[in-house]
Parts: sequence; structure tokens; C-alpha cells
Amino acid sequence: MEQSIIRIQGATMRFPGVLALDAVDFSLHRGEIHSLMGENGAGKSTLIKVLTGVYTPDAGEMCYDGMPFSAKSPEEVRQKGISTVYQEVNLIPTLSVAENIYIGRQMRKNGAIAWRLLYEKAEAALADLDIRIDPRKVLSSCSTAIQQMVSIARALDGESKVLILDEPTSSLDAAEVERLFLVMRRLKERGLGIIFVSHFLDQIFSITDRITILRNGKLVSVRETASIDKLELISLMLGQEGNRDMGLDGKDWAAYFGAPKMSDAPPIVKAKKITQGSEVRGVDLEFRPGEVVGFAGLLGSGRTETARLLFGVDKIDEGTLEIDGRDSVFPSPRSAIMNGFGFCPEDRKALGILDDLSVRENLIIALQAKMGMFRTLSRKRQEEITLTYIKALNIKTPSMNQKIKNLSGGNQQKVIVARWLAADPRFLILDEPTRGVDVGAKVEIQKLIIQLAEKGMSILFISSELSEIIRCCSRVSIFRDHTKLAEFSGAHINEAEIMETIAGGIK
Amino acid sequence: MIITRRAGVPSIIWPLLILAALLVFNAFFTKNFFHLEIKDGNLFGTLVDIMERSSVTMIIAIGMTLVIATKGIDISVGSVTAISGALAAVLITGGAPLSAAIIAPLLLVTAIGIWNAFLVTRVGIQPIIATLIMMVAGRGIAQLITGGKQIYFKGAGFAGFDFFGSGFLFGLPFSVSMAAFLLVLILLLTRKTALGLFIEARGINPVAARYSGVRVEAVTAFVYILSALCAGLAGFIVASDIRAADPNTAGLGYELDAILATVIGGTSMDGGKFNLTGTIVGALVIQTLTTSILMLGVPVNITLVVRSLVVVAICILQSDRFKRFIRAEAK
Repeated sequence: MEQSIIRIQGATMRFPGVLALDAVDFSLHRGEIHSLMGENGAGKSTLIKVLTGVYTPDAGEMCYDGMPFSAKSPEEVRQKGISTVYQEVNLIPTLSVAENIYIGRQMRKNGAIAWRLLYEKAEAALADLDIRIDPRKVLSSCSTAIQQMVSIARALDGESKVLILDEPTSSLDAAEVERLFLVMRRLKERGLGIIFVSHFLDQIFSITDRITILRNGKLVSVRETASIDKLELISLMLGQEGNRDMGLDGKDWAAYFGAPKMSDAPPIVKAKKITQGSEVRGVDLEFRPGEVVGFAGLLGSGRTETARLLFGVDKIDEGTLEIDGRDSVFPSPRSAIMNGFGFCPEDRKALGILDDLSVRENLIIALQAKMGMFRTLSRKRQEEITLTYIKALNIKTPSMNQKIKNLSGGNQQKVIVARWLAADPRFLILDEPTRGVDVGAKVEIQKLIIQLAEKGMSILFISSELSEIIRCCSRVSIFRDHTKLAEFSGAHINEAEIMETIAGGIK
Repeated sequence: MIITRRAGVPSIIWPLLILAALLVFNAFFTKNFFHLEIKDGNLFGTLVDIMERSSVTMIIAIGMTLVIATKGIDISVGSVTAISGALAAVLITGGAPLSAAIIAPLLLVTAIGIWNAFLVTRVGIQPIIATLIMMVAGRGIAQLITGGKQIYFKGAGFAGFDFFGSGFLFGLPFSVSMAAFLLVLILLLTRKTALGLFIEARGINPVAARYSGVRVEAVTAFVYILSALCAGLAGFIVASDIRAADPNTAGLGYELDAILATVIGGTSMDGGKFNLTGTIVGALVIQTLTTSILMLGVPVNITLVVRSLVVVAICILQSDRFKRFIRAEAK
């Protein structure tokens, strides 16, 4: 019998403007827990969607259970025995546990639902996972961990050979995670292949057998978990490709665009021990005019959550925020904007673009909102501003009145960056501004960041790409486990020190 | 090259085509449809009738269009129409001056608009449910105001109030002039200030709008208050026209005509881009259709069926799928 249950060769998936998967090979063995690692945009979720039949790859071959297999629909994939549990529990909270497990495939007797049989089978399915609860219980009265198990029980049925768990642990506490791991080990012993996606490194090292590392849609490496340590894993995930892609190493770059500078001007923003729930814990920060401060850390480390606190999106539970030396609380993004803040969010589609509006309208809206409803920018002025930024950022659009949704991702991103430049902030937060942007545009955005700082703007630059953080930042704050661990400046801003801090000591 | 005013066909073209089709149909099949005459400096004729009869829908639909643009809906407008007419009638028959009979109902409907806005923005109830509450409760409020019965206008005040239903301004029925005035006012308010942009941003992506500094709650509150005010003004015309305030039947089903006019006019129920002029055309389409059916002598018992069929046809014509199909065929 072949060792691999799934084998993929050369999977390629192209979206407009992005190569989401670039000839990726992947294999999953029987009785193995295999992790997919990579930052956002690395291609993990695209690969999973190819595996589960949501996407049909543009090129590549897939073998399943020793036979060539090309998935036509998620339904077909599930029937073949590849089951998936997604990050968000995808169940109906007001129904019973048993109903949730068998919804859509209830056993029937004479046309009516055979309730007793349903409950018996549900109880057996849960016992199989070592969960002993009454399947008549309403789902919403169960803990998140149990709900997670219910979705696993739902995903698995007798014929399952592969289980895909996409970030199943993000809402579980430590004890619940242990319980999930027990179930995973049990399934592994039975010969299931499990794909486990998580951004918690400790979990990866404690449960997985092998790791496939992706970056920018490319396969970086496949390793036995026992043969790799955290530091190496992080450096494979974050990579140093950036410089090589652009034909520039760190030194050339500084000569070409100028280096980021430190400043001793009084800070615009000073955060003292700011805390928000369990997302951000006691973070101290200072942002000075003319400086670029970088946030480095893995996904889910609290980078974005901290930025949201600074911009008034979420409320600070504890700690203080000083703006220009005065205690301030921003009840909303609007008050932050009125104080000269700008925030270019990470999730461009959900939080950034207004898809049915034109490039022009998208570009001027923050400035217009800042000026107020009645001090209207004339059409002519709007067009001047838009033209200025279309040229300055080299935005590719057939017309400034083109709907923004018709632009490529990189150009949309540039419009959102331009939206904030037009509003002329003194403190600008850029959360992953270069994600999903082509290499040329990346260079332009990075160059812009340094230029803006030179003009006296204070910039917070959040990025998963270490090379651009190193290149652009005057100071770098390292985040892990929802808090700031350290801050580096000058010569300490280098890959080795940053990665070591993120990894939290070498295993 | 970069400054082209608009990409593609302006959306107003579709409702205009539908209206034109209806008019052409009538030119052949309905006698005296285009006959106009001037009496005492005022215009009369079927076309003027259509405008007059659609003015109430136009006024309500102007408010509705902005609500729908924010991805909301206001189904309380019919009841609000009844409330404003009822209060005006009670005040006038009670001998209050005309100014009081106009201002007091407008204040009351403003309060109702604030209530709707409060439920939608602060409590976070879905717009259709939030305004459903007022749709039901509003009838009750109107009954409370009139003591549960119909009120027929009498008293000196009605001489002035009469003007809403049967007066003339600039040669046109007053209600038509009022709708035109309101349209111009709201067009200026939304297009000469940034309000229109903010409303569209709110409808397309409220989170992105909030992140950009738009006062999402204030914009949302504004459209519900404006919608209630429009319905309040329409209530004056309705009550004055039939010379009575009927808490049970006044404005019944008007929310549906207003929504239909908005949709025919090219504003999507998904919110975002809105087209006020299109909405006016939409109201004209609905009334032209009704009038044509009546003038053609279609038996009363099948009028609604005929009307529905035409509306279905219009909605198909307006759908994106159909437009794509037409464009594909044209190539």
C-alpha cells in the first residue's frame, strides 16, 4: 500500500494579479499529522481549497488513495472521505448536538426522522472521540471545545480518510487544546491523515509529524517536525526573499532610498500599558514624528489588535494613551482621524475598499470626512487630488472614475494608501500595506514610507515580511502572545535578533 | 483620458425607456392621453393627472431612496402618512391656526424618525423589523389622535390646508410643485455636499466607511428622519385631497409603492449608489401604468393582476442579468 493518502504535484492557482499557488507539491501520509505553515497570503488557504474541491487548480495533478483524482465539487470531495473543519464553528447553536452532527442526513423511518436511532448514533460518534455528553443537549449550552468536537464528529463519518483542521484551536484554552490533541492522536492511530493549520508554534511542535512551509505561493520546504527548530521554521516562513526578488540587498537599498532615521522629537502618541481583553496585554509604545516604527511578529501575535486600539476601533480596557502629552481616549476612528491619525487596514476587502465607488471617491473620502459634510471638495479639486496620487503612486486604472472593484489588488491597495496620504495625517498606521501587491509596487510603497517619514510623518508599519521591516524601520517592536516583548533600534534591527525574539528562545 | 465623467450607460436611461414605452403605448391605444389644456393659467389633462397622483409616491420615495441607499428600508412610511394627516385634521377641526396644523405634525413625525433611527443605529435592530414596529404602532397612534374615527375637515383652517390637495403653483398642481421642490432640495443636499458620498459609502461598506472617518450613525439617523419627514409631508396631501383623515386606510400600502418606485428607478436594494431622479421616473411609471389600465377599461377585478405582470416585466428589464444579456447580444 502506498504511504501517501494524498499526493499533489505542481499545483498552480492563478487569480487576477496574483499567483496564489506556484507549482506546489504536497503529500499527506496515512496516520500522520501534517502542518501547513506560512504567513497570510502564503497560499495555505488556497491549497486547502484546492484539496477540498472549492477551487480547481489551473495546473497540477492530484492523487488520492493511489488513484488520480480531480475534485469537481466540495460535495464530491467529502463523499470521497476528505473532511474539513473550519476555523469558525459552522454549526447551528439552537439545535441539539445530535441534530448538528447529522443535519441534512438524518436517518429516517417511514419518512419521519428516527430520533432514537439518531441519538444513539450521535452518542456513539462522540464516544468514538472520547467525548461523553448527552447528544440531546442544545449545542449553544456546550463549551467551545465541545462544539469544536461536534464539528469534527460531523465532519468524520465511517469512510473518512483525511481530516483537515483549519485553525481549530484559535478560540480554545490550553486544557481544551489538550483535549482536541487527544482526539487527533486517536484518529491518527486509526490511520487518518490529518492536516492541521495553526499559527501557534508550540502546538505545531507538540502535535505534528511533518511540516510543509509555504511562502508567497511557493513551496519553501517540507520537514520532519523533529528535525527543525522554531527559529529555523520562522526564518523559512518569513524569509529573506524580498531583497533578492528586487535585486537589492540591504546595503544597496539604504544607498538607493535613504535609511530610516531616529528622532528625539517629543512623541505624538505614547501608549502606557494598554490592554484590551486577552487580545492586547500591557503594551508600551512611543511614536515620534519622522520615525518609522515597525511591528514584527507572527500572525495573531497582537500586532493588528494593538493598532486597532491606537486608532479607536476597539476600546482600551486598561492603560493610558497620551496624544501630544495629554491623556486621550478615542471613542471612535473618527476622533482619531480628527487628531491627525490614519489607518490603512490589513483586510483591504472588508475594511478598506468601497467596491462600488470610483477610484476618485475612494481616494478622497477620508479627506472629505475629515473636512466635514458641508466643506465639500469641488469636483475639480477632487480630480486634481486623484490625479496627483494616481501619478505619485503609479496607480494603474483606465480612468479615475472606474469602480475600484475593477482594479487589481495591488492597485486597490495603492488607492487605499493614497486615501490616507490625501487626508494628510501626522501619524499613519500601515497594516500589511504590501500584502498581495506585486514586487514593483512593494518597492514603491516601501520607498514612500521612508520619504513620508523624512517629511516628518510618524509611521507605524506592520508587516509579516521581515526584510521590509528591517529596511524601512527606525525602531522595531516585537510582538508575541498578545504582548510586546522587546524593542530594537539601530544595529539591533537585524534578522537574527528579531527572529530569535519571535521564537522565544531556541528549542 | 483619465477624466471621463462616467463609465458606461447612465443608469437613468433604463427607467426612462420604460416610461417612454408606456407613453408610446398610450399614444396608440388610449384616447386623449396627450390632450392638455390651460384653464385660468393652470394646466389640465391626463398627463397632469398622472403627475398629481404620483406626487405622493414621489415625495415618500425620495426619502425611501436614501434609506435604501444606506442598505436599510423604512416600511413605516404609510403609517407615518396617516399620523401626520390625522394630527393636522384634529388641529384644524379644533380651530388651530394653519401654521400650527403644519408644524405640529412635522415635529411629531420627526420624533418618529428619530425613534426609527434610534432602533436602527443604537439598538441595532434590522431596519425592516425596526420600522415594522412603527408601521404597526403608527396606525395605533393615528387612531389615538383621531379617537378611532375618521375626521372630516371643517373650520376656517381648511381653506388654507385645502391648498395641499387642490391648489396650484406655477401652473401645476401644488403637490407636483412640492415634489419637484423637494427633489431639487434633496439633490442639492446630497450632490452639492458630501452627504451623498457618505450615504453611498455607508450602504456599500459601513465598516470601511467608519474606518475612513464617516459618521456612519449620524448619516443613518439622518436618512430615517428625512424619510419620516417626507412621509409627513405626503400625509398633508393625502388628507387634504380626500378632505378627511382616516387613521385606518390613509397611506395604506404606500411603503410598497415607494420601494417599487425606488427599485424601478435604478437604486439597488443592496444599498450604495442611488438615483433620485430615477426614483421620480419610477413613481411616474407606476402611476402611468395604473392610469393606463383604468383608461383602457380593463375590468376592475383583473387590474391588480395586469399591474403585477407589468411590474414583473419591468423588474426583469432592470435586472443586471438581463442587461448583461442585452450587452452580450449587442456585441
